[in-house]
Amino acid sequence: MDWMAWTLPTAVFFSAIGLLLVGMTLFELRRPCVERRGFLPIAATRGDRLFIGLLVSAYLHLLVIGVSDWNLWVASLLSVVWLLVVMRWG
Amino acid sequence: MNKVPNNKAWWLVLPVFLLVAFSAVIPMMTVVNYSVQDIFDQSSRYFVGADWYRQVLQDPRLHDSLLRQFVYSGCVLLIEIPLGIAIALTMPTKGRWSSLCLIVMAIPLLIPWNVVGTIWQIFGRADIGLLGASLNRLGISYNYAANTMDAWVTVLVMDVWHWTSLVALLCYSGLRAIPDVYYQAARIDRASAWAVFRHIQLPKMKNVLLIAVMLRFMDSFMIYTEPFVLTGGGPGNATTFLSQTLTQMAVGQFDLGPAAAFSLVYFLIILLVSWLFYTAMTHADKD
Repeated sequence: MDWMAWTLPTAVFFSAIGLLLVGMTLFELRRPCVERRGFLPIAATRGDRLFIGLLVSAYLHLLVIGVSDWNLWVASLLSVVWLLVVMRWG
Repeated sequence: MNKVPNNKAWWLVLPVFLLVAFSAVIPMMTVVNYSVQDIFDQSSRYFVGADWYRQVLQDPRLHDSLLRQFVYSGCVLLIEIPLGIAIALTMPTKGRWSSLCLIVMAIPLLIPWNVVGTIWQIFGRADIGLLGASLNRLGISYNYAANTMDAWVTVLVMDVWHWTSLVALLCYSGLRAIPDVYYQAARIDRASAWAVFRHIQLPKMKNVLLIAVMLRFMDSFMIYTEPFVLTGGGPGNATTFLSQTLTQMAVGQFDLGPAAAFSLVYFLIILLVSWLFYTAMTHADKD
């Protein structure tokens, strides 16, 4: 695994993504989700909302890095809030 | 009849899952790891956090090639989609001519990218090329190696020549799938040719058109070989598109960190656009 040049932050990041996917799968098996319409302009499933949440979070991080001097944790905190909002009301 | 749910079929997905993990996910993870480190050699690498992302996002060279890339992809779509539809509408529908047309249309699609680049490089040369020399003889100054506008036009025309067939063939198949009753109804209503196109053919072609737009966007957004062979990105940086900038960074200068950060930004752009097209397509089906 040395050639992959792992670092602790990226390992934590990918573990979190992996856990999210496993968790979502188990959740889906326990309680299959129904497509519904929230504040997003399309009817979305739980997985759709997670994808939209993560994609927007990635762009939010790029925005913070690209145009501001803010600490990156601000972007991460905002992303977590955004993820919770989009999963609940999206 | 009762259906018995059997989730064992999911195991059949496993080979694809493994293949994708091996060919896409693991390299992708490695790129992410590279993008947060300054790597000198295998044993000396240092964590730099988001520094490369900051450098890449504020690099005017990348802004320029990103802008160029969007303009290029926009031009490609604006030319190829209407032209492809027009060709599909005029292609013969029955008989020997239709087969001949299909074969002729498919020929450019079979030619590899670097060969297309070479063909146009020679074709457009101002001294010996059929196109370049003819234009110059006619008194039109044309030199794709020196003039920015000429280089752009050549790269665009080359792409139109190479890929409009794809759009035309997709539209042709879409048109053939329209049942004759629609046309009969239109004839009874004495609909004009434009009305037939606007209210029957275009709506029925919507799905294939979305596929065509998506394929052409993706391909033109990732274009590398053709302009690289034809103009080498020049004159100056006039036709240096994103993937060429990325290759210069990763292979030419061996700046692995910034190149990794940049390729992830590139990936996110493509991911967003593909997702938008995909969502538009699937929701168009539902409506």
